[in-house]
Amino acid sequence: MPHSTADLAVVGAGPAGLAAAVTAADLGLSVTLLDAGARPGGQYYRQPAPGLGAERPQALHHDWRAFADLTRRLEAHRRRGGITYLPHHHVWAVLPSGDTGSWTVHTRADRAAEAPAPAGAAAEATGPGGETEAPAPVIARAVLLATGSYERQLPFPGWTLPGVVGAGGAQAMLKAGLVLPGRRIVVAGSGPLLLAVAASLSAAGARVPAVVEASGYGGYAAHTAALARNPAKLVEGARYGSALVRHHTRLLTRHAVVEAHGTDRVEAVTVARLDRDWRPVPGTARRIPCDAVAVGHGLVPELSLATGLGCATRTAADGTVALALTDDLRTSVPGVWSAGETGGIGGAQLALVEGALAAHAIAGAARAAGPGARTAPAAPAASGSAASAAPESLRRARARLRAFADAMGAAHRPGEGWTEWLADSADVCRCEEVTAGEIREAVTDLGARDARTVKLLTRAGMGWCQGRMCGPALAALCGVPPAPDRRPLACPVPLRRLAALPADPS
Amino acid sequence: MPKRHSLDAVIIGAGVVGAACAYYAARSGLSVAVVDRGPVAGGTTGAGEGNLLVSDKGTGPELDLALLSTRLWRELSDALPADIEYEPKGGLVVAHDEPTLKALRVFADAQRTAGVRADEIAAADLTTLEPHLAPDQAGGFHYPQDAQVQPAKAAARLLEASGVPVHLGEEVTDVLRTPAGHVAGVRTTRRELLAPAVVNAAGTWGGDVARLAGSTLPVLPRRGFVLVTEPLPRMVHHKVYAADYVADVASGSAALQSSAVVEGTPSGPVLIGATRERVGFDRSLSTEALRRLAGQAAALFPFLADVEVIRAYHGFRPYLPDHLPAIGADPRVPGLHHACGHEGAGIGLAPATGALIAATLTGSAPPLDPAPFSPARDFADHDGEAA
Repeated sequence: MPHSTADLAVVGAGPAGLAAAVTAADLGLSVTLLDAGARPGGQYYRQPAPGLGAERPQALHHDWRAFADLTRRLEAHRRRGGITYLPHHHVWAVLPSGDTGSWTVHTRADRAAEAPAPAGAAAEATGPGGETEAPAPVIARAVLLATGSYERQLPFPGWTLPGVVGAGGAQAMLKAGLVLPGRRIVVAGSGPLLLAVAASLSAAGARVPAVVEASGYGGYAAHTAALARNPAKLVEGARYGSALVRHHTRLLTRHAVVEAHGTDRVEAVTVARLDRDWRPVPGTARRIPCDAVAVGHGLVPELSLATGLGCATRTAADGTVALALTDDLRTSVPGVWSAGETGGIGGAQLALVEGALAAHAIAGAARAAGPGARTAPAAPAASGSAASAAPESLRRARARLRAFADAMGAAHRPGEGWTEWLADSADVCRCEEVTAGEIREAVTDLGARDARTVKLLTRAGMGWCQGRMCGPALAALCGVPPAPDRRPLACPVPLRRLAALPADPS
Repeated sequence: MPKRHSLDAVIIGAGVVGAACAYYAARSGLSVAVVDRGPVAGGTTGAGEGNLLVSDKGTGPELDLALLSTRLWRELSDALPADIEYEPKGGLVVAHDEPTLKALRVFADAQRTAGVRADEIAAADLTTLEPHLAPDQAGGFHYPQDAQVQPAKAAARLLEASGVPVHLGEEVTDVLRTPAGHVAGVRTTRRELLAPAVVNAAGTWGGDVARLAGSTLPVLPRRGFVLVTEPLPRMVHHKVYAADYVADVASGSAALQSSAVVEGTPSGPVLIGATRERVGFDRSLSTEALRRLAGQAAALFPFLADVEVIRAYHGFRPYLPDHLPAIGADPRVPGLHHACGHEGAGIGLAPATGALIAATLTGSAPPLDPAPFSPARDFADHDGEAA
């Protein structure tokens, strides 16, 4: 039996999805909030498992107050029945519900790995493999995709060694498991996240000998207006900077880790200076001993569900593919909205603002749709956070934060020369163990001109992660900009689940 | 005689059929070039499973073409690099009840007269061939000539081995013709390629190329979905499918038809294909297609129910209303040749198509009777020609 039709299905309970869900519920919409995780917050507000007994999870976060406010409001709406919250639900596809104008959200539900789901969340019998028996698809009149992002990786020889982890991954390990990937950790890559990661790792007791940043911060100079309008961001940056000084961390800008060394795990990295196009400068290599590397080159919007629906995309300032959205966060597909990182990487504050703004737009559209839709606003739970601000101030905040995000994105956009540090023998696709040399052969000798054809000819991108890790590298090796994701199944689905889909009566 | 043209023929399409045309034309001593608006294997070739099947074809011209292709693929597997993953793994067609088995027996008897090897397998012996097959089958037939290649790699390696110039990322914007109406070459977004012959190997988009050349060919897309599982140890050894499949291939119905063809791959994933739908170039996911493929695959191999499907993809088969490809000269436009409309069998039929086209271009004796594949044949008696 399908759930009754909701006014709005929100996919993702990170900052954008949470803000959208509670704001929409404040405005009287019935909301179903689906999330793959065990607890709300997404990657940004990732919380320690309750079993770890963390006393002050907020110590690893800033802006925890906004999050605490959102979870409180989520809980209140959940109790009142305004929000159906479905944790442990991976959405594998969103499709039109026949010709009804509504949407069907197909999910797979996974057993709560540790803590039981909060009371009121879907309780379902667990089948083989930890997968619960078929959760009914969620039907909704509107959909908001708040699927966030994943880390952009630019491979280098040795990046598959144990001890080399994603920069965001290192932070997630710290937030969720209170563990460090090593004791002497080189933080490398590009983007504002690196300083935050280095500060977190240092604060948790690791030694960070160097932060290796491929861009020069000189790139910021081109965007002084956007920076000046965001003083809080500058203060944040300065705070991380002084933390590095305090912990004796060297900041190497215009440098990159061009190789990781080790046998059973990483023992050292070679860093080299880069020219303007991120080409390693000969004769500048030096070795830094370490037992872990936390590396990342910013984030990539997770668009599988959106592109499956046919939502139009654009190339963002950071070079990634993002959704093309209107000022009120509509995608090009009527009835489908999106907020947060999917519209271009911009961080948690922007995601909070966009989630709330999208909720107002969706509620407005529902009112315009006429008496059929539920429109009676519930009493909004007043608070000082973005998610309860008026649309006009949200729009202004969005413009300001987007301008800042674009400035950051442009400053940290990978230069075209980075593939020069990628030796032919280096693995690019980790899932299928495809080397840079095989990919180059497909491009130069076999007629591949894009990542899709490289995949067909070499299997790069065909494995478990479906090209999320190697996609940016494949595009760069083809000499083309990254293409929009094409993953009709946004995550793996047990075959028995597909076999049990409701039959199409036609 | 002095050559007026720098080339003997231009081949439009860098899929497996265009690659095979280039390969056999070059081997016949012709000077040809290949042009494609996309990359190699960018269309239906890249979405195929790489089936080289005789088992699914009833007696008639398509089976003759398939049998010739089977021989040619075996030769090619020696000539081309091993990474085309040619596997003469054989097909296994199973019947779940007695009436289906009886029908299959009649079908196989007729195929044998055309040169197909088909060995009946008693129900009790099916698990010797496929240990994980569902036990409740009535029986089946083993087709040792059925084989498999990795389609994109096969196309790329054929093209490479042909040694001909390949212009990728160049759309053909015009087919050049003399004042008398004879083909004179093509214009692309980047150049003109002059030749007295043009081969339309544009697959599902072959109708557009025919129109560009001043002719018509009612090629329509027929969508198919394929499911790809997580990598597994080798659990499925043949191409295995239910006997109902045979009826589907010859069907002209617009409704979704399917019966899963299940096979393991050297890389580990099990491929489950493929549905057949006439829905134009609709790229949206069909849950009905997923449901049927998954259900049928699990009915054949129960272990698959607990396997994760990590990918689903679709392609658009180029089909002509009578389900036969168009191969050969187009009498309406002198110098225009067609090699498209192979529906779901393009990988399998590519070498024979290439050999036929090479014979037509050189004027030598064709390896089999090309008449049934004439592009100028009357399609009006068949359903589905409305384009």
